[in-house]
Amino acid sequence: MKFGVIVFPGSNCDHDAYHVISKHVGQPVDFIWHRDTDLSTYDAVIIPGGFSYGDYLRAGALASFSPVMASVKEFAARGGLVLGICNGFQILCEAGLLPGALIRNRDLHFICRHVHVRAETSDTPFTSEVKEGEVLHLPVAHAEGNYVCDDATLAELEREGRVVFRYCDERGEVSEASNPNGSRSSIAGICSRARNVLGLMPHPERACEDLLGSSDGRDIFRSLAATLAAHT
Amino acid sequence: MKAKVYVTLKSGVLDPQGKAIQHSVGLLGYGGIADVRQGKYFEVALEETDEARARETAERMAKDVLSNPIIEDYRVEIEA
Repeated sequence: MKFGVIVFPGSNCDHDAYHVISKHVGQPVDFIWHRDTDLSTYDAVIIPGGFSYGDYLRAGALASFSPVMASVKEFAARGGLVLGICNGFQILCEAGLLPGALIRNRDLHFICRHVHVRAETSDTPFTSEVKEGEVLHLPVAHAEGNYVCDDATLAELEREGRVVFRYCDERGEVSEASNPNGSRSSIAGICSRARNVLGLMPHPERACEDLLGSSDGRDIFRSLAATLAAHT
Repeated sequence: MKAKVYVTLKSGVLDPQGKAIQHSVGLLGYGGIADVRQGKYFEVALEETDEARARETAERMAKDVLSNPIIEDYRVEIEA
């Protein structure tokens, strides 16, 4: 199995993602420059966090128009696994690969701290090794993580079990107090209808070593690797 | 031709920046400010000389690039 990490001007979690795949997943991984368009040799593509194009216009907007994203759309349509983290989630929404949008945090601040998220489903390639209801301790670092969508989209996400992570407290209780940014229904991550595209605001790649305060993020990469191992 | 493009948040979408501005102007003593909504304004210089075609290009650009139709509305004005 082979992984690719896309690099835009302004990406800054690309090396973290690369490190986790090479060290913890132990699989080959390449950086993919945003002007490259050939994804034919990859099984999974990670769109990392950062400030692609300086967050000009809207967070993720300019990156969503870059050449590599046209290839990511085709890659996703063929069933390739796509993981968008933080700015990567914003890019996936702007590109139309995931519904809804991420706007300025409710309290305007840039939030940079560990939060708890509850895995709402094991039925994705990214959470197959996570128990439903399991609480993960992951860092967030964003100013535009406030997930919004219309009523019909929310109903569809809930009905199809596509809300993958929700902000919660350490016991797994979801409330406005445990919602760091005002996201609708405390949504921290969602997947596509075909379940092969996941976007989430927390950073699992920054939580793969106890030294960094949590290694809960490994569960997500372990799931990804297990899914690919079963299919390749 | 010049296109002026105004991009504003849709009415139902929370605007935390607008709320913060409203709060600040209240502190400065401005009374009776019922609401503040923050938006974006773009000036696009077009080489096109036909107004209808310039408008068509600017409208398409506003819809596809300058706004995110999930959360924002846009309005285009064309000037010679």
